[in-house]
Amino acid sequence: MTTSEAVVGASTAMDADVPVLRVRNLVKEFPIRAGVFRRQVGSVKALSDVTLDVYPNETLGIVGESGCGKSTLGRSILRLVEPTSGTVMYGDEDVTTASRRRLRHLRASMQMVFQDPYASLNPRLPIGDTVSEPMRIHGIGKKEARERSGDLLERVGLLAEHGNRYPHEFSGGQRQRIGIARALALRPKLIVLDEPVSALDVSIQAQVLNLLDEIQDEFQLSYMFIAHDLSVVRYTSDRVMVMYLGCVAEIADSTTLYEAPAHPYTHSLLSAVPIADPRRERTRQRILLQGDVPSPANPPSGCRFHPRCPLAQDRCRTETPQLVEISPGHEVACHFPLTEGESLLQRVEAG
Amino acid sequence: MTPEPLLSVRDLNVSFRTPDGVVHAVIDASFDIRPGEVLAVVGESGSGKSVTALALMQLHPKNTDITGSVTFDGRDVLSMSDDEMRSIRGQDIAMIFQDPMTALNPVFSVGHQIVEVIRLHSSVTKQGAWERAVDLLNLVGVPDPKARATQYPHEYSGGMRQRAMIAMAIANDPKLLIADEPTTALDVTVQAQVMEVLRDVQQETGSAMMLITHDLGVVAGSADRVQVMYGGRVMETGTVDEIFYETSNPYTTALLDSIPDLDGKKEELHPIPGNPPSLLKPPSGCPFRPRCAHAVDACAESVPQLEELVGTHASRCHRVAELYPSSEVMV
Repeated sequence: MTTSEAVVGASTAMDADVPVLRVRNLVKEFPIRAGVFRRQVGSVKALSDVTLDVYPNETLGIVGESGCGKSTLGRSILRLVEPTSGTVMYGDEDVTTASRRRLRHLRASMQMVFQDPYASLNPRLPIGDTVSEPMRIHGIGKKEARERSGDLLERVGLLAEHGNRYPHEFSGGQRQRIGIARALALRPKLIVLDEPVSALDVSIQAQVLNLLDEIQDEFQLSYMFIAHDLSVVRYTSDRVMVMYLGCVAEIADSTTLYEAPAHPYTHSLLSAVPIADPRRERTRQRILLQGDVPSPANPPSGCRFHPRCPLAQDRCRTETPQLVEISPGHEVACHFPLTEGESLLQRVEAG
Repeated sequence: MTPEPLLSVRDLNVSFRTPDGVVHAVIDASFDIRPGEVLAVVGESGSGKSVTALALMQLHPKNTDITGSVTFDGRDVLSMSDDEMRSIRGQDIAMIFQDPMTALNPVFSVGHQIVEVIRLHSSVTKQGAWERAVDLLNLVGVPDPKARATQYPHEYSGGMRQRAMIAMAIANDPKLLIADEPTTALDVTVQAQVMEVLRDVQQETGSAMMLITHDLGVVAGSADRVQVMYGGRVMETGTVDEIFYETSNPYTTALLDSIPDLDGKKEELHPIPGNPPSLLKPPSGCPFRPRCAHAVDACAESVPQLEELVGTHASRCHRVAELYPSSEVMV
């Protein structure tokens, strides 16, 4: 056990109030290049000033529509893309300035599960090797790595002897289990789950969600659960952060966010989700947002949501709202947030 | 009185000859769509929902065998020549596909493509057809339709492209619209807009719609009747209320139990164990048997019939009377 303990050495017992991960003012801009000389002509502001904490053993859900920066956020935290500025602290260590060598060590504690189980597994590698590869890289002996990969495969609901098979022999749900086993291989503390169930059939989604729930308790994991499906996020997350065009719109514990959203965007997002209940669908009053999400290459001035916001005023067009705490743990970036119990529709009708 | 069905499908079987054997994608499907009605076809991948639609439109690949009968507006679709079929497609039956980027032609303007559809089926002038195209884009909520008609698909966003597809589909006032996962590729706020457009258009033109989807929320908000498919077979069919509130099939029940809800009322999810069946080597008896919590020996011996219950409700399950006593099997 000596070698394996060395790898997970950093993960001692953690204080529940001390965040595992602290992200401060994270910015990521992708250059837009054009012309023969590929000169930079602009940039896509995928993330602007994102600040968040993830606590031990909690699930922080990240929701938003395409282009809101939720996947870039997950990738920047693990430095799979290099952030432009800001800091990411894992425990006491700054991930953004870590050397390559240090980063490799840090990544043992921070892992990722990807959306597409068809693209994220090496098709020419038996799945047992896929799961044991991270352990081999981190200096665990062949025999032990193989044993542990067998155990992990069994833990995620496959059989140890499946280790000799190739990804194409598995269904989408099984492949996602393999991806989870790989993420668990180095006993991480934090797993970034990027749309882990959205490529799966509904009947299979619940299997994977339940598995994630079980292993969270068992392995004492913190999750960052990135998804566009608001029902799935409510089911899995303790706290939820809503993003819009690279900015944090609102963050709160899951019940507050769903029951008493303060940001008009959160409100309209929830109102757009179809509910599998015909009677409620017939009587529901919907706020339909106009238009599409603008391009992050050319975001609107002021509050980025103002062109689609039914409550927008002059101030929203010029002044960018800051994230303000309106009740303990509930932060919102809006000049005119909704008060508790107030619906967007009432506010719109009241003018 | 219920009006005559617009589309009547009886014992439809669709199978593909593949190098690995024959894939039975749709088995003995029978259903009707009445004028103006929205029938949602729900199922997971491989359930046969999209193949059913392709067979109705005769858009299936060459290695396909189709048996059974499909009657549309009194005419037998399966025995039609290619020319006859072409005159119906886009005119009486129109289809909206999931991915508008691959369904639209990238080298012609959106207006041009709508004009083409209009002029294929009626003898209007180019000018007249263009005006109609602009009207249609306006109807589906494309802002500034005059200018937008001259633009190309890549200049449209995902939601706008799907609107353009809808405009094209309704260009000739079809009697039946087939929408195959029309909002799956879209963001949730845009999905809500597009579903609203589809509902409005469907009500305005009075056309019937076959809505193929895996999203039970979309079904609840749009369908008059629902048909649940699994492993190529129709498992349950009924009005939207019958399916959601008087569920009478173990697969539908399991499906409803496995999805998380927005209210957070579900403390835990009950996943359906196992995987969807192979269509190459389907399980014996009921297709859902290997994953069904209520399966008994009889379920392996024979495929249950789609039994009629009270109302317009029908379920394919050997144990329906026993498991769902309130559903009352019609004798």
